[in-house]
Amino acid sequence: MKGLSSALAGVVFGGSLIFAAVALSADGTPQIVPRLTGGGQPMTDNQAPPLPRPITDDVRKMRNYPEQPPIIPHSIENYQLTLKTNRCLDCHRRQFTEGSGAPMISITHFMNRDGQVLADVTPRRYFCTECHVPQTDAKPLVPNTFEDMVHIKKAKP
Amino acid sequence: MKLSRRDMLKSHAAAIAAGVANITVPAAAQPVEGGVGSLEIQWSKAPCRFCGTGCGVMVGVKEGKVVATHGDTLAEVNRGLNCIKGYFLSKIMYGGDRLTTPLLRKKNGVYTKDGEFTPVGWDEAFDVMAAQAKKTLKAKGPTAIGMFGSGQWTIWEGYAATKLMRAGFRSNNLDPNARHCMASAAYAFMRTFGMDEPMGCYDDFEAADAFVLWGSNMAEMHPILWTRLTDRRLSHPHVKVAVLSTFTNRSSDLADIPIVFKPGTDLAILNYIANHIISTGRVNQDFVNKHTSFVKGAVDIGYGLRAEHPLQTKAKGAADPGAMQPIDFEAYARFVKDYTLDNVSKLSGVERGFLQELAELYADPKRKVMSLWTMGFNQHVRGVWANQLVYNLHLLTGKISEPGNSPFSLTGQPSACGTAREVGTFAHRLPADMTVTNLAHRKHAEEIWRVPTGTIPEKPGYHAVEQDRMLRDGKLNFYWIQVNNNLQAAPNSSRETYPGYRNPDNFIVVSDAYPTVTALAADLILPAAMWVEKEGAYGNAERRTHFWRQLVNAPGEARSDLWQLMEFSKRFITDEVWPSELLAANPNYRGKSLFDVLFRNGSVDRFPLTELPAEVENQESKSFGFYVQKGLFEEYAGFGRGHGHDLAPFDSYHEGRGLRWPVVNGKETRWRYREGYDPYVKPGQGVHFYGQPDGKAKILAVPYEPPAESPDKDYDIWLVTGRVLEHWHSGSMTMRVPELYKAFPGARCFMHAEDARARGINNGAEIRLISRRGEIRTRVDTQGRNRMPRGVVFVPWFDASQLINKTTLDATDPISKQTDFKKCAVKIVPA
Repeated sequence: MKGLSSALAGVVFGGSLIFAAVALSADGTPQIVPRLTGGGQPMTDNQAPPLPRPITDDVRKMRNYPEQPPIIPHSIENYQLTLKTNRCLDCHRRQFTEGSGAPMISITHFMNRDGQVLADVTPRRYFCTECHVPQTDAKPLVPNTFEDMVHIKKAKP
Repeated sequence: MKLSRRDMLKSHAAAIAAGVANITVPAAAQPVEGGVGSLEIQWSKAPCRFCGTGCGVMVGVKEGKVVATHGDTLAEVNRGLNCIKGYFLSKIMYGGDRLTTPLLRKKNGVYTKDGEFTPVGWDEAFDVMAAQAKKTLKAKGPTAIGMFGSGQWTIWEGYAATKLMRAGFRSNNLDPNARHCMASAAYAFMRTFGMDEPMGCYDDFEAADAFVLWGSNMAEMHPILWTRLTDRRLSHPHVKVAVLSTFTNRSSDLADIPIVFKPGTDLAILNYIANHIISTGRVNQDFVNKHTSFVKGAVDIGYGLRAEHPLQTKAKGAADPGAMQPIDFEAYARFVKDYTLDNVSKLSGVERGFLQELAELYADPKRKVMSLWTMGFNQHVRGVWANQLVYNLHLLTGKISEPGNSPFSLTGQPSACGTAREVGTFAHRLPADMTVTNLAHRKHAEEIWRVPTGTIPEKPGYHAVEQDRMLRDGKLNFYWIQVNNNLQAAPNSSRETYPGYRNPDNFIVVSDAYPTVTALAADLILPAAMWVEKEGAYGNAERRTHFWRQLVNAPGEARSDLWQLMEFSKRFITDEVWPSELLAANPNYRGKSLFDVLFRNGSVDRFPLTELPAEVENQESKSFGFYVQKGLFEEYAGFGRGHGHDLAPFDSYHEGRGLRWPVVNGKETRWRYREGYDPYVKPGQGVHFYGQPDGKAKILAVPYEPPAESPDKDYDIWLVTGRVLEHWHSGSMTMRVPELYKAFPGARCFMHAEDARARGINNGAEIRLISRRGEIRTRVDTQGRNRMPRGVVFVPWFDASQLINKTTLDATDPISKQTDFKKCAVKIVPA
């Protein structure tokens, strides 16, 4: 594999994570990114880096597109989300947002399977973490070339 | 730009609102640059690329790029919802390391096994690949050629592959990764009902009064079905949910009856419930008499290990593990009598009260029950038994084939049913539940495929785990892997999988969109088009067949698996691959390419390009000059129409959101085997299990038998492997989506805090997890979403830097040949 040994040097897991900045070398051959490709010798052991830290800065992140469920910018450690109780709704339920300052759950969350709007969150949306997840400070393994729709210009006819 | 009066009023309103709020409107947030046309997104439907649920997705495209996705409100499965992975489908095709050109291991300009990956054109790639295949065929014949496919293949990709392998190369060494996933479920359907796939459908979620999850963690693995189950439970207080697992997980959070049992003892719990139903007089005698028969299974059937393994040599029933003998109800009742509450409570470690409550859900005639399971049952050395034992409960009580009464086998892949099972890409199968061992079935397939009688070989090929063993042993030498990452997925990979890939006698080809660990262990990598870069069809877990169009072009030279299969077939003429006797008896096949025989056969090529809507892109059809997908689908549908597997006409699937087969007279079937729902059940029959010659489903008597490997003093803890919500399977798509990666960045070992403390390990510490077969380094999590009991750890398999399958055991269910990824013994030490 071309460039394998040099790429390896850059991605050895250590106290701090260093990943190859580009995923393909100039001639189009793949680089080694252990979490995606396995190590250079795939059956040997890799050091396991420390578990990344949760991001809890409460800063809202722009969505990639309007329909994307917003990520959770705060800690949800030890939140009860069970048959009996839903800690997320303690802040995000319509009635509680004035006190909490948290964003109200979206209007879609009041609609049942038949599209009827209910007085409170629809039971099918009860488990928030099916769609909303917190983030850690892990750096993406490879770039993602997804483009925001507002930056895509219509091709000239 | 001209503004109408109404536009002016609107922008005034925005400015006033902004003024009141004391903010200025940024220039970019002001009017619409380029007019409303610049805002338009082209929306089309597609099924989700991930699990077997089969949610409908709306895909937004702008200038040849996918820019947004959301749940399809018109899709019955999900009615507008997606899970976190589904919502991020927009980004799965855009990982920065997409493969865009074939890569061949070369040194000094020519292929060598120890060469370095070098970009080559398709011509060179296929020249080298065809030369290797011909070399192998000449030296050893068709049994040395093999292919490993996928439950993520589109229906026509699987169909083209089965034709190419069985009728082209005359090899049955074709198996899908679905072997690792639901082979046990498929065998149990065939053995019990004589027909594959569930009788019920997802509509059961809105009709059941109780849900029992057998080893399934739907909250993470089938999130949208979980929303339907949650909706039912929270909206109707009488509904009960029982969650059985070997550890406490997110599904347990909704459970009225949360049960954690000792690994493998689910078999005993199932027999206890049957005993409870019988001993409390709640057998539905009328149903049982009319619609069931009783059989006793072979016992001590071994563990599907290599034949020389001590566990195999001492298993008395290993020679014929699938044998079944007729018995009667009384013999069955006597058989399950030993599975008393006391015995089973002791064996399983489950409190008596929970077991009784669980048994009552099934026994109570007024309660409609839906049982759900996936890998907990299927990846089990007695997986076929486990599946059948749950059917026993539904059959004894007659709780089957009607709304809300539903034993339901969930699937993990988007087309495990549609492609792997229905098309028949298993080593022993043909389309529509037929098998290669049956002469009449082979003849029927040969007629539909327009190939000479005797073309399809009758001996089943190597199944998944056997393929790895034969690669290692040098008996399988040419191997093509499509749409899966088996070096990450296969058990005991360091000893049984990797050596075969790097065996100098073998040539390994991997088709994939991304450089996976499997791809990088190959000799030739073929860049694949994925998802909406091609026209496709999947079949989900409720028998729903659904289609999508090609919406964008694949990057660079990437081509669909379908194009790869068909284009490769052009490189062979019959005289090179078929024996002389076959050609002597059928001289009109001489000198033809496999492409001509299999795809230019007057059937697959019968629909011209004009059948494609003008605005639709379709790379394969344009390349081959006819509407490839339609031709393949219509030929394939000929297998099932009129035989209980009826598929609708091709074009109708492009219009709607999928249909559940059998589709008869344009109507889908929601509940099979019951009069009034299933057109194959005649008036007056009530219930008819028409897959069986006598119309009766089988109730099976089999015992609890222990797992292949249990913890001992050297390897003292159970290892369970599986998935997490944010990543799908080996993570090759989801790990490249930054938000999903950052949500769950890398595998870890979920462990009980006391177990960690006893080994001097703190939460978050690095450990070595070691089995008799291999080891990995990982980090311990004692506070995460999976709450482990003492003596059991869980590690997900999506992380290629922590190949947990180096440690798993290649023990399989001896009937289904599916690996048990849920039970082996490991030890854990600080790193």
